[in-house]
Amino acid sequence: MKRRDFMQMSGLGIGALMMPSVPVLGSIVSSEHLLEPGVDVAIKKKFADIALNAAKSKGASYTDVRIGRYLQQYVFTREKQVQNIVNAESYGVGIRVIANGTWGFSATSDVTPEGIAKCAETAVAIAKANSKFQKEPVALAPQKGVGEVTWKTPVKKNAFEIPTKEKIDLLMKVNAKAMENGAGFVTSNLFFINEQKYFASTDGSYIDQDIHRIWPTFTVTAIDKAAGKFKTRDAISSPMGMGYEYLDGLASEKIAGPIGLVGYRNSYDMVEDAITAAKQAKEKLTTKSVLPGKYDLVLDPNHLGLTIHESVGHPTELDRVLGYEANYAGTSFATLDKWESKKFNYGSKLVNIVADRVQPHTLGAVGFDDEGVPAKEWNIIKDGILVNYQAIRDQAKIIGEKESHGCCYADNWDSVQFQRMPNISLKPGTEKRSVLDMIKGVEKGIYIIGRGSYSIDHQRYNFQFGGQVFYEIKKGEIVGMLDDVAYQSNTQEFWNSCSQLCDKDDYRTFGSFFDGKGQPSQVSAVSHGSATTRFDGVNVINTARKI
Amino acid sequence: MAVILTEAEAKALLQKVLKYSKADECEINLSGGKRGNLRYARNEVSTSGAQINQNLVVQSSFGKKVGVATTNEFTEEAFEKVVRQSEELARLAPENPEYMGVLSPQQYKKSSGFFDSTANVTPDFRAEAVAKSLALSRTQNLAAAGFWEDQHGYSAMLNSKQLFAYYPSTNVNFSLTVRTPDGTGSGYVARGYSDVSKLDIEAATKIAIQKSTGSLGAKALEPGKYTVILEPTAAAVLLENIFFNMDARSADEGRSFLSKQGGKTKLGEKIVDERVTIYSDPTHPDLPSATWAEDGQPMEKVNWIEKGVVKNMAYSRYWAEKKGAKAIPFPNNMIMAGGTATLEEMIASTKQGILVTKLWYIREVDPQTLLLTGLTRDGTFYIENGKIKHPVKNFRFNESPVIMLNNLETLGKPVRVVSTESDQNYMIPPMKIREFTFSSLSDAV
Repeated sequence: MKRRDFMQMSGLGIGALMMPSVPVLGSIVSSEHLLEPGVDVAIKKKFADIALNAAKSKGASYTDVRIGRYLQQYVFTREKQVQNIVNAESYGVGIRVIANGTWGFSATSDVTPEGIAKCAETAVAIAKANSKFQKEPVALAPQKGVGEVTWKTPVKKNAFEIPTKEKIDLLMKVNAKAMENGAGFVTSNLFFINEQKYFASTDGSYIDQDIHRIWPTFTVTAIDKAAGKFKTRDAISSPMGMGYEYLDGLASEKIAGPIGLVGYRNSYDMVEDAITAAKQAKEKLTTKSVLPGKYDLVLDPNHLGLTIHESVGHPTELDRVLGYEANYAGTSFATLDKWESKKFNYGSKLVNIVADRVQPHTLGAVGFDDEGVPAKEWNIIKDGILVNYQAIRDQAKIIGEKESHGCCYADNWDSVQFQRMPNISLKPGTEKRSVLDMIKGVEKGIYIIGRGSYSIDHQRYNFQFGGQVFYEIKKGEIVGMLDDVAYQSNTQEFWNSCSQLCDKDDYRTFGSFFDGKGQPSQVSAVSHGSATTRFDGVNVINTARKI
Repeated sequence: MAVILTEAEAKALLQKVLKYSKADECEINLSGGKRGNLRYARNEVSTSGAQINQNLVVQSSFGKKVGVATTNEFTEEAFEKVVRQSEELARLAPENPEYMGVLSPQQYKKSSGFFDSTANVTPDFRAEAVAKSLALSRTQNLAAAGFWEDQHGYSAMLNSKQLFAYYPSTNVNFSLTVRTPDGTGSGYVARGYSDVSKLDIEAATKIAIQKSTGSLGAKALEPGKYTVILEPTAAAVLLENIFFNMDARSADEGRSFLSKQGGKTKLGEKIVDERVTIYSDPTHPDLPSATWAEDGQPMEKVNWIEKGVVKNMAYSRYWAEKKGAKAIPFPNNMIMAGGTATLEEMIASTKQGILVTKLWYIREVDPQTLLLTGLTRDGTFYIENGKIKHPVKNFRFNESPVIMLNNLETLGKPVRVVSTESDQNYMIPPMKIREFTFSSLSDAV
């Protein structure tokens, strides 16, 4: 059971919202239990065949079955204390069928031959019942069966095998260093996820995957009690498709930025970042408030990733474009006519946005998606022009594609898979350029690092983004810190103001670990790569108020 | 065994599980529920589902070492296993200095949040209700996207001091977005009830349709400060940011909108207009909720803001002891008291203003001032000389609910609403606010 469900069921709504609001799937178990091997692959194949046959015998024209074991370990601390350690396991089967041209889905935690057969029959019955509402039958893009295959996230250190004590020791050190360097308070967390997924379909695929994700993060708070002020700074780590090795803090993966700032590529030094964060949070207490107006923005990859996510990732989801998310997340300005015209200037000529599920170390990297389609890469924006969307098997024909893009995902065995965002990344520049080179060319600008407050309208035109730290640029140099900064723009105007890109040496990924979509809501994880990028003449507002 | 247990069945099961406990203290939370949903878009059903859930959460402690384990398997073996697992986790856990021990038996008020009408909803009932809504949008050639979710269940707890509590509840949430075929008009409605018989799906659908067709041909107004009338659905998503931030500890620690200079808090101070009273009451007939918190603390009626003054903050048992204050758990519901004005009267008394029916993508910009940003959506209208003149294009706003409640003009009668951000149900009045800050325009419809 999902924690959210438990809270809602008990009517304990608001209090629950005050707790760290992260989704926990399944039952809470010991950390040792998480290391026990799951069911043998030969048994999973047997179970899968039971589902495929049972559905077929009831009249399904297509069936896929996902036998999933989803493991989570979350560690929460504040200052000198461990607040909570959650070890959770969720295990069960989800069966999706097409019958009478209509989708049906059913799931069960009763992973026995009888339980699975019954579940498959229920899925067919639901499909047949819903077919009464269906006007046009579902048409799947063809997918050749891939036979019996396996795929694993290439982790060097399985995070679940690292002793809990080592994790707590790390967070205690992070907290202590933050406090020593000026933080009044600090919370730090580690999130580890392992999806052991077995997929089989009537196309003849039997795919066994072992997927790992990690997210270390913290928030430091600096307080000026006399003035009644407080400022926070969040970690500039990125959630990754990696093992515990992400926390090695390798010097070779650090990118030296201006005025001694450090960026992290595929290895994160959490203690070092906590020290910097504490100092920066303290500095923010007395820093200058921004003068509103137009500025040239120099956006660090750890900031720009969220802007890419919201203003390119979501509007190019085909289900949104078609209206399937109209009642919740909304629709999209990137309508089919704009794509069909082949000349919609989404951004300037420098803007090349690529979708993929193959980039190493990313949250979107898999061998196959949750409907058995091999991972691949494709263009979304080419030389500034909108050229494609993100589509799954039952949508591919709408945009004239012969095959799915492979971005179908369900957050658990009991959730139905649907179109989710793959990695969406901005290609770095081809000319040699460092962040320092870029700043040198800026007369009046702001350099922004980190994920801050974010909000965008339901068709993805108008957005407002904050950040973690802001530096004022005057005549090609950083002259000091700024506070109370947020920028507002329109998606097309913003991407057309993109005037310079740093090169591949500055390329890093940002990630969203718990991205929500759908009703009932499902989470997914996605990465966004970019190098530091410049945008000219963007409207900056001042967010300081008095209450 | 049934998934939804009666009070006697729940108590018997909990006693059975507790017998396995060898820890110093043990607390067991039990819940069971069924939920069903139907989702549709482009006038067709897209997904539907049903979930049955039951869950047992066991917390064991040795001194101040605490461990929690859960299971959804309801067998004798699983009961013993989950108790043993929580005990093992407790032995391995570091001491939790904030652990306060389990409570002795408490007295709880009565609150009736379980309605057979909602518990008896079947897939056919759901489909027929949605079909009625779809018929209305289809006949007017409009595109409907909606979501229906009903649930019923119970939660119960028992601890090693024999504190026992039980609460059954039901809920249905329905939301609908209706768009014109050319995508230039959009309207929304959301309804939440404990008793499904109160849900008039056709009346709700007509509201979304009216807003959808009424928002065609929206004109752009200059951003700036405007008098606004916020319908309860719009006001709720702003006000809940005050509700979520009533924690005493954060205020004492100097990191809350309730903190002030010199390390003090705003407890006892007037922070908003004196007509503002915000309280929680689990026995409220239109918004019933559990009368006990997760750890068994009784839920009383609490005035959080009374006549504009901060009356209470939420104290955990640990923080209350440390500060010599009374422990007050976070509430299970929130109600803002209102006035008598109707929405029509508020519009009629407005010379120039904007009617805001829904807000979207609300994010905190500054936790110090609770400055929020977000946008209007699915029906925004210009009011002139007491009448709705025409629809307007959507705005982005930057506003703090604290500043907003200082600029209060008029309050209407509270109604039950569903937050479009958190899915929580509240009682919120419509309200007229002066000088609400719209900072830019959006092309979104």
